[in-house]
Amino acid sequence: MPAFTIQAERDQLVVDRLRAAFPDGVVADEQFHDMRCITVRKEVLHPALRLLRDELDFNFLTTLCGMHHPAGAGAEERLGLVVHLNSFRHRHRIRLKAYTAMKDPVFPTFTDLWPTTNWMEREAWDFFGIGFTGHPDLKRILNMEDFPAFPLRKDYPLEDPTREDKDNSMFGR
Amino acid sequence: MSTPMRPDHWQHDLVKAGEHKELNVLNLGPTHPATHGIFQNVLTMDGEYIQSAEQTIGYIHRAFEKLAERRPFYQITTLTDRLNYCSSPINNMGWHMTVEKLLGIQTPERVDYLRIIAMELARIADHIICNAVIGVDTGALTGFTYIFQDRELIYDIYEEICGARLTTNMGRIGGFERDFSEAAWRKIRHFLEHFPKKLKEFESLLVRNRIFMDRTIGCGAFPLDRALAYGFTGPNLRACGLDHDVRVMDPYCSYEKFDFTIPIGTGGDTYDRFMVRQREMWESLSIIRQAVEKCDRLADRTTYKADVPEWVLPPKEEVYNEMEALIYHFKIVMGESEVPAGEVYHCVEGGNGELGFYLVSDGGRTPFRLHFRRPCFIYYQAFPEMVKGIMLSDAILTMSSMNVIAGELDA
Repeated sequence: MPAFTIQAERDQLVVDRLRAAFPDGVVADEQFHDMRCITVRKEVLHPALRLLRDELDFNFLTTLCGMHHPAGAGAEERLGLVVHLNSFRHRHRIRLKAYTAMKDPVFPTFTDLWPTTNWMEREAWDFFGIGFTGHPDLKRILNMEDFPAFPLRKDYPLEDPTREDKDNSMFGR
Repeated sequence: MSTPMRPDHWQHDLVKAGEHKELNVLNLGPTHPATHGIFQNVLTMDGEYIQSAEQTIGYIHRAFEKLAERRPFYQITTLTDRLNYCSSPINNMGWHMTVEKLLGIQTPERVDYLRIIAMELARIADHIICNAVIGVDTGALTGFTYIFQDRELIYDIYEEICGARLTTNMGRIGGFERDFSEAAWRKIRHFLEHFPKKLKEFESLLVRNRIFMDRTIGCGAFPLDRALAYGFTGPNLRACGLDHDVRVMDPYCSYEKFDFTIPIGTGGDTYDRFMVRQREMWESLSIIRQAVEKCDRLADRTTYKADVPEWVLPPKEEVYNEMEALIYHFKIVMGESEVPAGEVYHCVEGGNGELGFYLVSDGGRTPFRLHFRRPCFIYYQAFPEMVKGIMLSDAILTMSSMNVIAGELDA
């Protein structure tokens, strides 16, 4: 399938350019189904996105969302940021990831590259507590402003733990 | 890059620094009949003109991404129904295809065509709502009352396919729960025969209507470069003049076998958005017609699901009489079917643009993380920039032509 070869070549081109520009910035490089996923170090994510946008034609940011990995299997607890980019010219999509430790979960804002990340960053802040320095208006977006937790973290229970009107002892919860 | 047609009279002079002027604050929403959904806009007004707008959203936030982390894969379909509830089948199919990509399931040709029929019907239903409501917001109620009868026909077809009308929960991972019935085919053919007349009638009420044109051309125009920076997709992006459509750029579900054009606008104003949706309905009709023909020509007349017994519920008579069917039934209902670890991103062209599912699986019975890329949530950010300096009544029109659906906005 020729289309597939072209995509594989472009994937490799992206990885090579990132490795050349940030010699120890690329942590991992995996292929998941139809998309290449490149994990970079936290400090490198912003310059890497700028490079992809300006030099490799990735004109469109599709999504930016948070992720939470609790401690386990030898790894420390960490928060992640996942970005999907799309190049309309080459019909090429790519995924970038960066992880941050829990004690300083802050990234530089990406709104200077794509204004569309404004609400996506607010969503990541709202649900995961990932901060973005330089964001024009970083506050909660879907939850109420005095909400006491970051609900999409794995340690947040699905059911409200503060409720006293329900007796769950019969339901094994 | 085209500059939008924006005649001077659309743009009001904004207050300059140092100039003294009394501004007043107007709350548009949370519940306001003209917003067609529960979201609030705090507008700073200079008379009738909008100086700035600030949005508050999240009034119907239901934490779908968190809920999904506790549900087996097949139960998440019902969550996707409630994203863009004007075109639920597209969301359902998008989710099924995402899981199929993760599991490596190849769907048979006929399943793809059946899905395309359902998805394109949903697209027409979605566009009918948006365009009819643009008419209502300009004061033309007649078109709305006529065309909604035909949306009813689409809902009757849904009912025949899956038993539900609004939150459809249509199809299963791997195909459909049952084949389209004779009545469903009859209703689809009836729709294909009668809808073009009605759509034509609807068009003749608005498209070349002097009042409607004066009201919408130039209203809420948005240039293409800003639209791309704000992550617009779907009809709103195409109205700005770029022929980007996921069905063509990243074909899924055999769309590459279909012949259709992507309509585009020039100035990205309300009229362009209206016209793009209008043309798309005609294209969708043609796609449905092609899909029905392809189904008729296929030698295979009965396949409605892929051969994946661990995902598609077996028929009841088999469950009661055969051991394998009973085992699979039990495994599916308890959410115990094997899922490989991995992550996928799959996107479909929803009614409003690129609807994406980012699914991370750690091999457990539920997703580790599921993120919905909701087109509404992403393009609605641009609203303050779009309405800056225009009149309140035009802002209402801009909003309805963007087709902001609260369910998709808040997830």
